[in-house]
Amino acid sequence: MLGPILETLIGGLLTGVLYSLVALGFVLIFKASGVFNFAQGVMVLFAALSVARLSEFFPMPIAIALAVVVMIALAYAIEFLVLRRLVNQEGIILFMATLGVTYFLEGFGQTVWGSDIYKIDLGMPKNPIFVLESVFPGGLLIDPSELIAALICAIMVVALAIFFQVTRVGRALRAVADDHQAAQSVGIPLNQIWLMVWAVAGIVALVAGMMWGAKLGVQFSLSLVALKALPVLILGGFTSIPGAIVGGLIIGAGEKLAEVVLGPVLIRMFDLAGGGIENWFAYVLALMFLLVRPQGLFGEKIIERV
Amino acid sequence: MRASAGQGVAAGDIVLSVEDVSLGFGGVQALTGVSFDIRNGEIRAIIGPNGAGKTSMLNVINGFYHPQSGRITFKGKTRSKMRPYEAARGGIARTFQNVALFKGMTALDNIMAGRTLKMHRGVLWQILRVGPALAEEVEHRLKVEEIIDFLEIAHIRKIPVGRLPYGLQKRVELGRALAMEPNLLLLDEPMAGMNLEEKEDMSRFIIDVNNHFGTTIALIEHDMGVVMDLSDRVVVLDYGRKIADGTPDDVKRDQKVIDAYLGVGH
Ligand SMILES: Nc1ncnc2c1ncn2[C@@H]1O[C@H](COP(=O)(O)OP(=O)(O)OP(=O)(O)O)[C@@H](O)[C@H]1O
Ligand SMILES: [Mg+2]
Repeated sequence: MLGPILETLIGGLLTGVLYSLVALGFVLIFKASGVFNFAQGVMVLFAALSVARLSEFFPMPIAIALAVVVMIALAYAIEFLVLRRLVNQEGIILFMATLGVTYFLEGFGQTVWGSDIYKIDLGMPKNPIFVLESVFPGGLLIDPSELIAALICAIMVVALAIFFQVTRVGRALRAVADDHQAAQSVGIPLNQIWLMVWAVAGIVALVAGMMWGAKLGVQFSLSLVALKALPVLILGGFTSIPGAIVGGLIIGAGEKLAEVVLGPVLIRMFDLAGGGIENWFAYVLALMFLLVRPQGLFGEKIIERV
Repeated sequence: MRASAGQGVAAGDIVLSVEDVSLGFGGVQALTGVSFDIRNGEIRAIIGPNGAGKTSMLNVINGFYHPQSGRITFKGKTRSKMRPYEAARGGIARTFQNVALFKGMTALDNIMAGRTLKMHRGVLWQILRVGPALAEEVEHRLKVEEIIDFLEIAHIRKIPVGRLPYGLQKRVELGRALAMEPNLLLLDEPMAGMNLEEKEDMSRFIIDVNNHFGTTIALIEHDMGVVMDLSDRVVVLDYGRKIADGTPDDVKRDQKVIDAYLGVGH
């Protein structure tokens, strides 16, 4: 019994790292502008499309490098055409702007790259490996491509956490998120900060898009992965990088375990069909969190005097 | 004679002047043809009834608002508008009427944010937290601790500012502006909502900053007692127009000013 559960747990954790990465894209932009960037999901799709299509013409490493350039150019365009005109506006207005960006990008992606299902082949090993054969009969089955993807994500996550916690950058980001005008008054260049953050969020989307795309194929539904990042954010707190990481792992592992452990119980006790738990588990968990701890596991408690 | 902080500007010279500045928002005319200047080393009060355009004037000076017409001359360079980054680089610091602090950060981090433009080490060094970047962080931290001592807020420096009482928030905000080592400090109602004791403390800080560091100060304040005590010269706005300009005594006796404050005819 323990063996299969462990296997499920590991599989869930590996998927969870991918959730973390998508959630991280949200956190970065939220931290630096107080904006919930609805476009993060479609940025994942757009980035994956770019890699998939570019890799038809160029070798994979060059395709990836070009896709990085595309994402940076996108960040520049968003900063120049949208954000810079909305300095000091309410958060809801900036949110609406990201809605606009979302639907533009969704269509524009098809215009430029087409709307079929595309493949990303990162040349990762496909054959499952077995570990801990001495402890469990038959060992534990692990998908090596998932393991590699998780490793790459983990490296990204750590690198970003370090970069954004660094004294000066971290301070500037928090300052901008807290108060645009006050930040400008001490000479923090708002536009450069936004450009940097959106570029990094674009590159995070690129990595996430490649990993998911390699797994599931590049298609429209990829932008829906972002919806899974929502419960992750509620769990971890919108402003917390460690929160995004831990939240992703909890949701990834939790939903797989719920499917395996809770499913059979529901079938036995209530004679239900028992399937589909993976689809709603994350959201129910997030809802419960909203009631008990709305700031998330690591989010800052909202304190304001009026 | 005061120590001059303005680069290449002697005490008494004009640091900043606005000429014929007009600014409107849709139907509302916030400023109409306003001209005045600020001399190096002085405390220059800007007063006037509510909605007179005082805050708008400061926003024009540090580049948050761009006037429809008029000129701004700062450190000898004339332009049609300032930009926030340019103002900060040029040594203009400010506080806000409705305290604009970085709410999630501690008092210390808020004031450290005021050092932004003084930090030069690259991000890579910062990440590694070694060598020159570490030395730089320490150096700025020392400077900030000096300011914290000066403002007598050492006991609250690790507290997130959102939790501080209003009077202390205003003091932290002043600290952040001072951390920029400004030539020109713009204070928008630094004593609003304070009790008598807090007002006296704040007055003392303003005088000390002006005396010891030679910082030029533009001060918006409603408390006439404070204005008369602190300022060298006073400009009076009413409905977006300048109605008087001179020493506190001149202004106090000016009939137009008395009328404006009593709400007599327009
Ligand atoms: N961003 C803005 N948009 C629209 N109207 C504005 C804006 N800023 C200022 N105003 C208007 O300009 C006029 C002057 O406002 P301002 O805040 O400069 O006055 P004030 O002298 O600072 O008043 P108070 O003493 O109440 O602070 C007011 O009528 C105000 O409503
Ligand atoms: Mg005002």
